[in-house]
Amino acid sequence: MSIAHTQGGGRWLGLYVIAYLVFLYLPVLLIPLFSFNNSIQAAFPLQGFTLQWYATLYGNTVLSGALVNSLVIATIAATGATLCGITVSYMDLYGRSPLAATISAVARLPILIPGVIVGISLLILINLIGLGPSRIAIVLGHILVALPTTVVIMRSRFAAIPKTIREAALDLGASDWTTFRRVMLPLSLPAIVSAFMLAFLISFDEFIVVFFLAGTEPTLPLYIWSQLRFPKSLPTVMALGTSILAASFVIAAIAEILRHRGLSATAPRPTDQSQAKQTKRGELQWHST
Amino acid sequence: MSTIVAAHAPGARSSSGFRVAMLLPGALVTFLLILFALGLVLFLAFRNNDGSLLGTGFSLANFATVLSDPLYWTVTLRSLIIAALVTLATVVTAYPVAYYLAFHAGRRRGLLLFLVTLPFWTSYLLRVFAWKIVLAYNGVLNSALIESGIWSEPTLAFLNTPAAVVVTLAHAYAPFAILPIYVALDTIPKSLIEAASDLGARPFTSFRRVVLPNSMPGVLAAALVVFVPTVGDYVTPALVGGPASTMIGTLIQAEFGKANDWPFGAALAVAVMLVILAVVLVARFTDRRFGSRT
Repeated sequence: MSIAHTQGGGRWLGLYVIAYLVFLYLPVLLIPLFSFNNSIQAAFPLQGFTLQWYATLYGNTVLSGALVNSLVIATIAATGATLCGITVSYMDLYGRSPLAATISAVARLPILIPGVIVGISLLILINLIGLGPSRIAIVLGHILVALPTTVVIMRSRFAAIPKTIREAALDLGASDWTTFRRVMLPLSLPAIVSAFMLAFLISFDEFIVVFFLAGTEPTLPLYIWSQLRFPKSLPTVMALGTSILAASFVIAAIAEILRHRGLSATAPRPTDQSQAKQTKRGELQWHST
Repeated sequence: MSTIVAAHAPGARSSSGFRVAMLLPGALVTFLLILFALGLVLFLAFRNNDGSLLGTGFSLANFATVLSDPLYWTVTLRSLIIAALVTLATVVTAYPVAYYLAFHAGRRRGLLLFLVTLPFWTSYLLRVFAWKIVLAYNGVLNSALIESGIWSEPTLAFLNTPAAVVVTLAHAYAPFAILPIYVALDTIPKSLIEAASDLGARPFTSFRRVVLPNSMPGVLAAALVVFVPTVGDYVTPALVGGPASTMIGTLIQAEFGKANDWPFGAALAVAVMLVILAVVLVARFTDRRFGSRT
């Protein structure tokens, strides 16, 4: 009776989850839908299929400049954020110093600061040190914005590697540096790739902070923002948005798969339960900080 | 034996070069880019604007203006109400999804978690833009309602309203809320729930008295990660909110842009951080009352 009851409840909940996912995805999927629509307005009824809005993306030098800018900035910022995420979380777990723990806590602080305040604080800083709004300023800003993500991913990854492996390496005479480079880094490679890809996406899509830090060369989100004022360029923005969404989905999907595969591949598994606990601990830190 | 143990004591063999190299990148970023930069905002908030980068003199004039001008009270209150509504809507709609993931999803759990987190990694600007085309006067919703014969005239009532801001933000931050709640639900020992039903609790009673209180740390964490970015948001009000839904983030952005009064903008930012700090402290206090397991 009780089991039947919960199963019935589960079915209703299942329907709710489907409705929720529809709500989650439907507005975003309208962008690709109308990007193929032969009309300057995003409205029903659909006017027929066209690729002309995608054609307008070609030969647009401002757009391609912004794209290159975004790709370069995202690559450098993701490299920086991943490097910081690796070192900060490694020292937090194994450095055993209050300084390392403080750095790790502060690195996750940007989650509790609205983007607009991160933006203005960096704007003041880069003007003070004489850099001014520039691509380097954007890179610094994006390292900061992506840092909580890379720290949380790397920290849960390092925590999931059995302590005995690192201890064995040290026992066998490997130096700290060798242990880190030859043992711990290879074991966490999937997480490193995942952290890099997600940091890349964060930087590539970031708007709130970059708004304050960009000089004369816009990034792709800033280009989109500048086009939103013109009703005429709406279809072009939708075509561009569709391309960005498609790329984001693919990169994020690979990153998520790598992150979970990495977590389950080397987690200790005397029983299924302890393996689940490792995963949970990682996810817990991700959201409670 | 004892020498071996000593040699293995953590830190005993740590070369200082390794430690410095490993601590340096994080120390630079956290102390310079986060703490020093935030310190600059605090410093600037007490300065007078003279057009120079760091202002001049020391005074409380900026804070006096923030506190005395009703405009800032109105806008701050509006930001708080909008952020509170968004947080409430996000958490309440996310809870059943998290509950399903934790207790009913079975083999579909991995796939569903994946589907729920995926939008998190797509462009925030594009997600807001999607709502702009949905709510516009000649947009998706109006045209769909007319096509289906429900309405005969398009309405201006959707776009440029505070309600549009709430819906858009609730949608944009939806993925943030599910995972913390899911983790909290998933870590409740199953024996607790079994004990409740063994002792005669009906399913709803055991949910209300056992599951819900035990999941509160996750609910609070979810509320926090939604509340903080929404209270300072300026993109959504600008795109779908119209003049009636100016938020505090909009004002800060304007002071560092068109209005060009950085010290005053910094004072507004400090005020927002104090409000967020108060909210975080209340959440921490509530968390402890529920007996945090996080």
